[in-house]
Amino acid sequence: MRTSAFCLLLSAFLACTSRPAQQERLKFWGLGHEGEVVAQMLPEFTRRTGIRVDVQQIPWSAAHEKLLTAFVGEATPDVAQLGNTWIPEFHAVGALEPLDPFLARSTIRASNYFPGIWATNVVDGVVNGIPWYVDTRVLFYRTDLVPLPPRTWSDWLAAMRHVKTLRPNSYAILLPTNEYEPLEIMAMANGATLLNAQGTEGDFHDPRFVEAFRFYQELFLRGYAPVLSNTQVANVYQGFRDGDFAMYITGPWNVGEFRKRLPPSMNGKWSTAPMPSPVAGAWPGTSMAGGASFVIFKASQKKDAAWKLIEFLSEPAQQIRFYQLTQDLPAHRDAWNAPVVANDPPLAAFREQLEHVAPLPRVPEYEQIATAVAEDGEAVVRGRMTIEQAVADLDRKADHILTKRRWVLARK
Amino acid sequence: MNERRAAILFLLPALAVILLFFLLPVCASLLLSLTDFDLYALADIHNIRIIAFRNYSELLGNPLFWKALVNTLYFTVVGGPLTLIVALATALLVNTKVARWKPLFRTIYFAPVVTTIVAVAVVWKYLYHPRFGLLNRGLELIGIAPIDWLGDPKWAMPAIILLAVWKNFGYTMIIFVAALQAIPEELYEAARIDGANALQQFRHVTLPMLGPTFVFVGIITAIGYLQFFPEPYVMTRGGPVNSTLSVVMLMYEQGFKWWNMGYAAAVAFVLFLFIAAATLVQLKVQRASK
Repeated sequence: MRTSAFCLLLSAFLACTSRPAQQERLKFWGLGHEGEVVAQMLPEFTRRTGIRVDVQQIPWSAAHEKLLTAFVGEATPDVAQLGNTWIPEFHAVGALEPLDPFLARSTIRASNYFPGIWATNVVDGVVNGIPWYVDTRVLFYRTDLVPLPPRTWSDWLAAMRHVKTLRPNSYAILLPTNEYEPLEIMAMANGATLLNAQGTEGDFHDPRFVEAFRFYQELFLRGYAPVLSNTQVANVYQGFRDGDFAMYITGPWNVGEFRKRLPPSMNGKWSTAPMPSPVAGAWPGTSMAGGASFVIFKASQKKDAAWKLIEFLSEPAQQIRFYQLTQDLPAHRDAWNAPVVANDPPLAAFREQLEHVAPLPRVPEYEQIATAVAEDGEAVVRGRMTIEQAVADLDRKADHILTKRRWVLARK
Repeated sequence: MNERRAAILFLLPALAVILLFFLLPVCASLLLSLTDFDLYALADIHNIRIIAFRNYSELLGNPLFWKALVNTLYFTVVGGPLTLIVALATALLVNTKVARWKPLFRTIYFAPVVTTIVAVAVVWKYLYHPRFGLLNRGLELIGIAPIDWLGDPKWAMPAIILLAVWKNFGYTMIIFVAALQAIPEELYEAARIDGANALQQFRHVTLPMLGPTFVFVGIITAIGYLQFFPEPYVMTRGGPVNSTLSVVMLMYEQGFKWWNMGYAAAVAFVLFLFIAAATLVQLKVQRASK
């Protein structure tokens, strides 16, 4: 008697609670500034679909460990923003829902995206994420010191020589010695793959990598680039304004920063250009594919609703709105035709470059290997290692870092 | 017999808790440190291998570990004594007979101890701001060029030490105050009759009477400082250029950022050995001085 009363009470309780549950609530983890502003775009999504979204904002610096711990603690959100270099890792642990079945019946098409950017989301042939915004590096330069942006490496050297003759006490280009990006971009432009095809061993002895490394070293040997790390450059914007250096390889965030931090007298005195290529006729040279993607977690119970959210935020109109809110470059090609993006001169170089980007090796360990590249790159530039030693050392370090991966793949 | 049984009965809850929440996890992590538990083990538990002491040998060959160890020793060797000196000085101040509103000052000095480190970090980040910070404004007044406190690899550690000393000295001060109050007044009276001035009284009465307290706070501070983590975690994330990376920070990054749990457990055990050694040395020193 008492138990049946209890059941009655329980079912009444469940009936009460299940009604508001019909309005679905999605958990969405957004990172940094993007997580903050995306909330402004969601009321329209709720109005259209009736799905409510709880956005949790996570600082970039803590995001990686929060996401991993959430996966281990079975507390992952339904959808999240993921830096696209992290996708191989979350794919390897089996945290991400393969998106191919969703794509098969969706308005989202791979062809709407820049191929190199799309590729960062594909690991072992599985689509793990949909690009949200994109990022790559191009050449920022001073138009008064570099009249014509270089298209080949030999043009580039000539342009640097020109800067040096104009201003013997300044430098032609800033390549912070603790950054691996400039060296890897040059290597990728030269056709180096950094790791072997299976991603199980380092491929730094590849002549294409060695050749790019020599070119990189030469820029320092000839005094075109200062031997300075990021922390030793007090203020990049000031240095650029004063003409301490005339070129800088950096990303879209610096378009806004250059506008904000350079004095009005610098207006029209700087521009952006796609990366030069090693040989003529291959311009622009390859740069690296960056940015962030949407992912759905395997543990989510609301994958269809999550996919609807991804579709909504991937609409060109929403991509444009997001660009206006954040200045993050849109991933969807159609959004690039919008006047706010298309008529912004510094962005034209990015658009061109984005058609020529390639992902870094898609293995979970790559971030550690990239750190080694930065270390050995710096050692060469500072004369502590020869290129031959550095290349052998990089192969050894990469092989060591990938030991477990080789073993796991061999067991399969 | 009955008494003994009663004693065990009384101890049992505490022992059970220690067993469950201390000994078992310690044994588990010791075993963990002999495996290569990593990201791949998350995907499939069969991806764990027992690798004996390889984590330890790799750790000892990792320059980052030595960097973290040197940083940790720097923090402990500079920050520890500094904390004790500041704590003793303030304890003497709030304990002098001429001091007024003693409870108020004790509370003020103790307040940083009970304030959460995250709130403290926000305020101190403002203080250390290279352009608008109070500290650099003060330096400007006396004609010293601004210092990028948290951005310069040379200055980041002193800045963190300053913060840690400010945050922690109150706790030690309270212990010193209690110890000072336990010193019998007659000793000072006798010293005065013998013609000892204030400095001599401090040197020959106060300091010797505080001896055991020094050992206690020395050990507690050393243990705490060897495990320093929250300060760099909230202020610098170990940077710039790893200049504030501590051993616990390295362990945290290996464990929770890269999920190299086996390796992180090895870091934890090496740190444990260091703490145990530091404690033993201090106890030996105390025994030798007796």
